[in-house]
Amino acid sequence: MKVLVPVKRVIDYNVKVRVKADGSGVDLANVKMSMNPFDEIAVEEAIRLKEAGKAEEIVAVSVGVKQAQETLRTALAMGADRAILVVAADDVHTDIEPLAVAKILAKVVEAEQPGLVLCGKQAIDNDMNATGQMLSALLGWSQGTFASELSVDGDHATVTREVDGGLQTIKVKMPAIITVDLRLNEPRYASLPNIMKAKKKPLDEKTAADYGVDVAPRLEIVKTAEPAARAAGIMVGSVDELVQKLKDVGAI
Amino acid sequence: MQYGLNDAQEMIVATLRAFVEKEIYPHEALVERSGTVPDEIAAEIRRKTIDLGFYACNFPESVGGAGLNHLEFALVERELGRGSMALTHFFGRPQNILMACQGEQVDRYLLPAVRGERMDALAMTEPGAGSDVRGMTCTARREGGDWVANGTKHFISGAEHADFVIVFMATGADETPKGVKKRITAFLVDRGTPGFTIRPGYKSVSHRGYANSILEFDDCRLPDAQVLGEVDGGFEVMNTWLYATRLTVAAMCVGRARRVFDYALDHAATREQFGQKIGKFQGVSFQLADMITEIDAADLLTLAAADRLDQGLPANREIASAKLYASEMLARVTDAAIQLHGGMGLMDDYPLERFWRDARVERIWDGTSEIQRHIISRDLLRALGA
Repeated sequence: MKVLVPVKRVIDYNVKVRVKADGSGVDLANVKMSMNPFDEIAVEEAIRLKEAGKAEEIVAVSVGVKQAQETLRTALAMGADRAILVVAADDVHTDIEPLAVAKILAKVVEAEQPGLVLCGKQAIDNDMNATGQMLSALLGWSQGTFASELSVDGDHATVTREVDGGLQTIKVKMPAIITVDLRLNEPRYASLPNIMKAKKKPLDEKTAADYGVDVAPRLEIVKTAEPAARAAGIMVGSVDELVQKLKDVGAI
Repeated sequence: MQYGLNDAQEMIVATLRAFVEKEIYPHEALVERSGTVPDEIAAEIRRKTIDLGFYACNFPESVGGAGLNHLEFALVERELGRGSMALTHFFGRPQNILMACQGEQVDRYLLPAVRGERMDALAMTEPGAGSDVRGMTCTARREGGDWVANGTKHFISGAEHADFVIVFMATGADETPKGVKKRITAFLVDRGTPGFTIRPGYKSVSHRGYANSILEFDDCRLPDAQVLGEVDGGFEVMNTWLYATRLTVAAMCVGRARRVFDYALDHAATREQFGQKIGKFQGVSFQLADMITEIDAADLLTLAAADRLDQGLPANREIASAKLYASEMLARVTDAAIQLHGGMGLMDDYPLERFWRDARVERIWDGTSEIQRHIISRDLLRALGA
């Protein structure tokens, strides 16, 4: 089985995000970028499937700016076998919308014929949580979202989903789209031998036009704002005082 | 020198930065408080380093290392420099001098050290022989076809964990026009060899948990098979294999300075006094400007010296400059970071007082600042016959 893992280049989770002065978005110039952490979990899961003998080949794919090839090299250094970069924007501030990404991925799936697509449940930059589901709809494949456990057995997969208030276990028919959640696994570090091998692994470069997909934005961002600053707290002298204060503000 | 790192080098840096943050930082407070590294933490770091393929990454591929070049190895040391030395010691980088192993020494010392099965230490310094290496009084004399070693070594880092130690001994002396010159030989000495004792050394203000030991040789009998390199060839092995260790000090200083700087920058951007962020005061902001300028300069000196080694160019002076400047820079940066934090900077709730203490030894070990200045100036003046 071939596993396709879409990965996104996003602002590093350690970076303190700054909103651009005109409120049009987030400042990405000279900011550290990394692989979306949920996508890292997807890459790790694909590697584990390969190590368990359930997958033969792992193909990482990224849709975005040319610099996303750094993200793909990271996936290759972790253990992916080859990579496809689909250049769909020139400016790092251009975010390709989920539907456009899903349409491109559907074409990649058509060409690559994977048995499984493993992707992060959402990207930590704009938290859309849509690409995996849209891809499933476009392909007519089954989907298992928010996976915290996954086992693949021949023509079906068993997925434990993290849903509000508990876990739900479902069985999906293969081929399938599985979107992964935080607790599925802990991604490995890229090992030194794999880092050295990564530069020799194939990385194909395509464009959105190669797949005939129009990536023009359909959504309009009206305003981007920083979260409200946290108000200063107060010191209380005793548990009784704490309880009283909580009652005063109607918290209990 | 080409500026900028390639993809693989960037990834080495990214991997090690994540590794140090996740596998080293969380244990640092414990090591600082207890002054030791628990065995299970040491074993875990060593195992993870081996799994990552970074163990002995300074060794060539022909003996099972990763074959990193000098520049790449400087990047490794720089990133490890961010973390506690007591802990990063187990991110094993055996002494390059083991490449001088010959015959059955390869299987007994070199290969097990590269595989992480046996740990090494290097013993040169003595109570009466610090910068003056040739002043050593540890001697090995010929007796019945063996060598019999006597004397004391001190300040031996890592010896408490070492399975064997590379020890330099005086094995004779020559009359020269400049006076008596000792002949030096390197020996491989296994822990447990009769007449060889490793005992705890002193409590240092720098690098708690990265212990120093005292080694005592009392009629310790060593067969010829324990000689590393040639008899009386100790200086040759030293010069062939130990020329670059000063560069690792420079690289570690740069890494640690960057970590310290992040604390200073964050504090300047968040701490408020007199109704504004203290970073708005020029007295603070100019200090930050000076700090980052010096850190970048030390970084470039270090990488440029490593690059010279990779190109096979003479680099003795450049390495000395990097070690001198980076270690003195670290002293200034850690001091400034504490000043910027005010009283809290001195409290052990913050790691700044630790970085400040740790910085002190960097100007002393692996050649004091004075020795580095001597090397640099001799390199310039000798050529002019002065």
